[in-house]
Parts: sequence; structure tokens; C-alpha cells
Amino acid sequence: MINYITRKLNSVKNIDKDRSEEVTIVEHRSGWQLIDFKELIKYRDLFYFLVWREIKVLYAQTILGFSWAILQPLIQIIIFTVVFGKVARLSTDGIPYFLFSSVAIIPWTYMSQAMMESSQSLVQGQHLLDKVYFPRLLFPLTPVLARLVDFGISILIILAVAIYYRVVPTWNLLLLPFFIVLMVSIPAAIGLWLSALAIRFRDVKHAMPFVVRMLIYTAPIVYSASSIPETYRFIYSLNPIVGVIEGFRSCLLGTAIPWSFIWPGILTSFFLLFVGAFYFKRMEWLFVDVI
Amino acid sequence: MNSEKNVITVEGLHKHYRIGLKEKMNDSFLGATLDFFKSPLTNYRKYRSLYRFDDITPDQGTTSISGSDNVIWALNNVSFNVKRGEVLGVIGNNGAGKTTLLKVLSKITTPSCGRAKIYGKISSLLEVGTGFHPELTGRENIYLNGTILGMRKREIDGKFDEIVDFSGVEKFIDTPVKRYSVGMKVRLGFSVAAFLEPDILVIDEVLAVGDSDFQKKCLQKMESVGKHGRTVLFVSHNMQMVTRLCSRAILLERGQIKDDGPADSVVAAYLTSGRVRSSERVWKNKLESPGGDVARLLAVRVKNDAGQVLESFDIRKPIGIEMEYEVIKSDYLLLPHYNIFNEAGEWLFTTIDTDPNWRGRRPAGSYTATAWIPGNFFSEGLMFVQSSLFTLEPRTVQFEPRDVVSFQVVDSLDNNSARGDWPGTMKGAVRPLLKWTNDYEKPKF
Repeated sequence: MINYITRKLNSVKNIDKDRSEEVTIVEHRSGWQLIDFKELIKYRDLFYFLVWREIKVLYAQTILGFSWAILQPLIQIIIFTVVFGKVARLSTDGIPYFLFSSVAIIPWTYMSQAMMESSQSLVQGQHLLDKVYFPRLLFPLTPVLARLVDFGISILIILAVAIYYRVVPTWNLLLLPFFIVLMVSIPAAIGLWLSALAIRFRDVKHAMPFVVRMLIYTAPIVYSASSIPETYRFIYSLNPIVGVIEGFRSCLLGTAIPWSFIWPGILTSFFLLFVGAFYFKRMEWLFVDVI
Repeated sequence: MNSEKNVITVEGLHKHYRIGLKEKMNDSFLGATLDFFKSPLTNYRKYRSLYRFDDITPDQGTTSISGSDNVIWALNNVSFNVKRGEVLGVIGNNGAGKTTLLKVLSKITTPSCGRAKIYGKISSLLEVGTGFHPELTGRENIYLNGTILGMRKREIDGKFDEIVDFSGVEKFIDTPVKRYSVGMKVRLGFSVAAFLEPDILVIDEVLAVGDSDFQKKCLQKMESVGKHGRTVLFVSHNMQMVTRLCSRAILLERGQIKDDGPADSVVAAYLTSGRVRSSERVWKNKLESPGGDVARLLAVRVKNDAGQVLESFDIRKPIGIEMEYEVIKSDYLLLPHYNIFNEAGEWLFTTIDTDPNWRGRRPAGSYTATAWIPGNFFSEGLMFVQSSLFTLEPRTVQFEPRDVVSFQVVDSLDNNSARGDWPGTMKGAVRPLLKWTNDYEKPKF
């Protein structure tokens, strides 16, 4: 709304001829409103530095530094391989368990961490929130982008495992960027919703670690999606994480792409992202007042 | 450029907050248990109510507000205009709504109703070094802080060397900021802010930190900011700074504009309206008043040439320090005098009652002695008075309490003061307006 007025004023104004001046109108706004992409573009340098700060600071004063990005998922892969692969002997459609879980845990680690951080971004950034104005959308989006660096590094694990098991790349690999986009959209969507909620109700902070731990079992990360009964598959795949994991697996391992597991998730994730952005904008005005 | 143009127009701005509701405590075990199970619902309602204002209908244009009593009106029907190039001071007690006003104008928080129109790029400086991260180096923080304040990366690239130079921390520019002293952090933060180039600059009390030399440097920088045709909104508790930097001031009281006008008169009105006055001290109970067996002090006050007791005085105007005392025993040689100290505790001078009519022995009774300090004598700042009285032959001290009263000497930017046409800071314990003469000779070519 505010920008609509701004634009309107800019177009009709002839107040000041010697320079094109921006006019800001400060007034109460609540209710649904559009996302101001023009403003977001104006703040792109800030966004860049916020993401960069997040990356710089993440492993500051650590001995292992970015090795953590490899170590964390690697240990989880090993544990899962032992517990679910060797002890529980879950079916993996004939794929070695280590390989099977590697390609799933790498995107999962990214999604879970980005989700956690994004949902806390407003609460953690309350100091900035209270002192300076910039588009509030940058708060939840910053960790979503910053964590991609970790993701990029941890891809090395997949590479090493793939070489070890002599996986031959197929044309499926070309679809990987699409699944990466889908992967990024999930924590972005969740982050928009939960960060706006967390600033009002700190319960989110206590619920998140628990919810994320549970979420890992809602997607075919430790088990194979083919073990889900036919009748429930549609409902099961409404969870967008399912689509990402299945997509990654088939792209990297060259198996047939199970679209029936993927497309429902695409719909839900983009729906969540879209509505989440609007919900965030709707709640934006009260963030500072309820910290 | 038309300097008469309004760059900020504020119309009927309101901002209300709801303060947290009172917690109810149940004193029976059963009640407490029930409360425990009901608490999620009551908590939900409580936190939700913090931003629900359905029950409030502000009457625009009037000050009467209907609504529940746990609502605080941080801003209540505030309207004003700011012209281009104006330096506007915003003063008021704590909780008067000064910071809320700045936050609304800089879009950090939204008003509950009313509107403000701002023409041009606005930058707000509510804190020095916003977004500084301790793990990042000075260099990195300059970029981070700069972009947070609304600069583009290219802009910072261009000004980087100047910023570092101004801050004086070039030696540590690649050291993480966590290893900086507080002073260095402030310097770095202010240096970034000093190179902002918005049309409108909003500043909240940020100069209250840092060492005094650097503060002065910042003041000079700010003064030059105002002179470049930039509009500045400045919140401060430092009245001296407000009168010096601002051409106009508004006084906020409980969310409303109480006064609006030239900075020095608004500041003077504000200072005199205060209930607690430090420029007057009266001992009602004679038993508690300082004194000996010959004389005791009854009151000390600082007044202007019109006889009004004030907190702050124009640097150009004379100041009278009045002492009321009672002489109990007759026929002593009395020596009433004042010692004047400045804010830094430096003893500026001593002045002794030299009234020729009272140089002899005095009879018992009450006396009121006033010392008149001429205008254009003090430097600006806070002055403290020690009021004392000795007897001669034998020499005894009857009273000499320190810091009985204090008063503020406020600088004037008018060119008939001792500062002439100099806009910057002036050091020194006193600032007399002296007679200067010039001899001139034409060059002989």
C-alpha cells in the first residue's frame, strides 16, 4: 500500500524539479499487502552483507572452521548407516545404505539448519529490528542463503561417496538445480511463517528442535519411499521434504525420477512460500512493538 | 532550492502501546493447579492482546482518548512541519515520546494513526555502530554498518579511506572489533554515520558516548551537516547541545507537543518548568541549615537580571548569585563569598562581598547578598557554587557548603557573543568578550 502511494505521488508530483525525490509516507498499515520488490532490490547490498556476515561469523573462533560443514552430516550418515542400515536393515531398493543416506542427509542437514535459524532470525535480530529500518523480509531469508555455503561444502561428501561406489552420472543430474531451488524454498517458507510467529510467541523456540527431529522421519531419509503403502502416497508426498529427498536421490544415483512423490510437494512448498510471505508482510508492523 | 519547503509534515500522529497485564496469583493449591492447565489459553490471550487495539477509538484532533487503562499513548496527536535545512531539536523528559517519534519517522515502528510525509532520503541514527559484529574486523564492520544505515557498497568504497581516517583507528582496521575498546568502537561507528549523505538525518542521543575530544569532533561534523542544507532531527537530553546545534526545538510531554519555537526559548521554558530545581536551595528548618554561632545560611539562588530564578542562562546575560543568611551575633566583620567551579571540578574563581556600605561590623538580622557576574564571562557548561561566610578577627568559618546550587550556561550562536563568527567549539575555563583593536596599514607597493 505504502509503495503504491509513493509511486502515485512520484508520478503526479511536480513539487521539486531539480531532483527526483523520494516521498515516504508513514502511516498505520496492517492487513494484507504486497511484497515490495522494488524496495528489496534497493537493499540488495545490505542483503549481501548480511548473508556474508552470517557466513563469516558462523565458524568464527573454531579450530575446525568450515570442516564442521562436512563433519556434522558425515557423523550423522555414519550413525544412520550403522543403526538403520546394519542393525535395523531397512530396505533401500538395493542401494548401499551409506550411499542411500548420504544423498538424503546432505540436503536434510541444510534444510533443518536453515529452518531452525530462519525461524529464530527475528528474535535473534531484535536488536537490529529495534534500531534501524530495512525490509524485514531480509531477516528470515538471510540464514536460508547463508547456509547454502555449508551445503556447497558438504556436497563434497556426496562426491566422495559417489566416486567410492562408482556411481556413473546420468542425464538426471541436469535436474539437480531444480531440486536445489525446491530445497531452498522449504526453509524459506517455514522461516517466513515461524519467524513471524516466534516474535510473538517464544514457544516456537522450544518447539523447533523437537519438531525438526520429528520431521526427519516424515521424509524418506532413513528409509525408502517405496515402503509407503500406495493409498497413503499422495498425502505422504504433500510434505515437500519428500520431493526434495526423492529428487536428490534419483538425480544423483540415476534412478527413475518418481514424479508422483515430487509434484505434490512442489505445490505445497510454493503455496507455503507465497502465503508465508504475505503472512509475514501482514504481521510486519507489529514486530518491533511485541519484542 | 527553496528552503521554505517542508521536508517533513507530521499530521495527528498517534502511537499507543499496551503494557503487559498484571499476573494473577492463585493462593489455593486447587486454584493454582487449575490455573496451570488454563495458562496456555490465558497466556495466548494475554500476548495476543498486546497488539489488539479493537477497544480503542482515538478521537483525532482532540486529546481525549477512550480506551482501557493499560494502554500507553507514547505519541498523542503530534503534528508539526520541518523545513528543508532546519535543525530541529526534540526535548522532553524520559518517556515523553521522543524516541518513539524518531522511530515512527524512520519507519522502525508504525504509528497507530495519523501520518507523516517525508520528502527525500532519510537516515536514522538511533545508536552508534548498529549491527556491528564483534567477530568481524573494523573494515568488515564499516561495510556492514554502512549498508545497514542505507549506503550502497560503491558509496562506501569511495569514502572508505575518509571514514577510517576520521575514526582514527586505522592501525586496528583489520582486527576483530571484539578486541576494540568501547571508545574505539564508538569512534568507528560514528565515523561511518558521519559520512552518510541523506536529505534528512535523524539522531537520537548518540553523542552521549565516547571521549570528549571525539565528541567535539563529531559536533563539528554535525554542525557542518546542518549547514549543507540537510535537515536534522536531533533528540537529546543535553540542553547545551540542543541550543547550540538546533535552530528550533519542540518539547514533548507525555506524548504531546508542549512547546515549539526557537531552540533557546523552548529549552529555557523546559528547564524552568521542572519541579526539581538545582539553582535554588532554601533551608526551611533553621536547625538543619549550615552555619555557626555567628551566622547561618538560609537560602542560595541563581537568577537573571530580571530577578527570575533559572536553571540555564544565556552566555551573554549577567547572572546573579544570591545568598540569604541570618546574623545571630552582632558586631563581627563578615566575609560572605562564593567559590565557583565548573563541570570538570576546576575552581574558576572566588568572589567576595565588597559592598562598601557593609565593610564594617554588622548588626544582627537577615541579609541578602547578591554577586553579579557579567554576561560574556563564563564558558558554556554546568557551574557549581560553594557558598561560604567567614568572620575576621577572630577568623572562623561559619558555613561553606559545596555545590549548594548549580546552573547551566548556554552558548549562543549569535555573532554578538564572544564566539564572534566562529561556529566550532571553544575551549577554556572562561570566555570573556574582550575589546579588540586593530591597526591597519595599506601595503606599500
